[in-house]
Amino acid sequence: MTDKSASFVYVTYIRTTPEKVFEAITRPEMARRYWGHENVSKDWRPGSGWQHIRTDEARTVDLVGEVIESDPPKRLVISWANESQKDDPDQYSRVTFDIEPQGDLVKLTVAHDDLQPGSGMLNGISKGWPHVLSSMKSFLETGQGLGL
Amino acid sequence: MDDDKVFKALADPGRRMLLDRLCERNGQTLGQLCETMDMKRQSVTQHLGLLEQANLISTVRRGRQKLHFINPVPLYEVYERWIRKFEEGRLSLLHDLKQELERNKT
Repeated sequence: MTDKSASFVYVTYIRTTPEKVFEAITRPEMARRYWGHENVSKDWRPGSGWQHIRTDEARTVDLVGEVIESDPPKRLVISWANESQKDDPDQYSRVTFDIEPQGDLVKLTVAHDDLQPGSGMLNGISKGWPHVLSSMKSFLETGQGLGL
Repeated sequence: MDDDKVFKALADPGRRMLLDRLCERNGQTLGQLCETMDMKRQSVTQHLGLLEQANLISTVRRGRQKLHFINPVPLYEVYERWIRKFEEGRLSLLHDLKQELERNKT
């Protein structure tokens, strides 16, 4: 049995609307402006695939997965694996985006579960998410992401 | 989120130690954190409350357990706002110095 016990929970408060946060995650033309990647899916419905594509000329696909749950603009759950490891079910972790309005702010909670302790993916995401979420906040509040 | 709250939350060694404990092992219960802290359970609860208000930790209920997760997003924002800016200033100073010295050489 593969140990997939590691989890992270990230929270950020953004002065915007839940719809904008949902779009910032799911619409390629928005994600590219603060994430350095686009998240691409044909319809973001459960069962559909999604890809995390670098916004360089080569358009490298870095991550792949499936949409598990989708309830715009409140919740999105996706599976998540390196493209190079996509054939190994043990390499899939799970990302949950919960988006809730709190007064004039939106609370965005990103839970990343089913990670293997000590894995390269765990190391990568624990550096990546704080930067991506800070950059998303900056993008939605000021129109400018942080350099990635 | 308030930068003030983040700095105040970080201005206590006990709270910084709690963050270190969660960095070593994320997603602990109050009971697990108390085992490794030389502090009364009530104090740990108070410190965790302040850390949560500053958004430096988040909590998730899993069944009957309440798990605590370190949330480094506000730290990253402090880094962007207060540290990276000064690093960049220093680098551009060095860059100007290099330009100046090299111009004088020719």
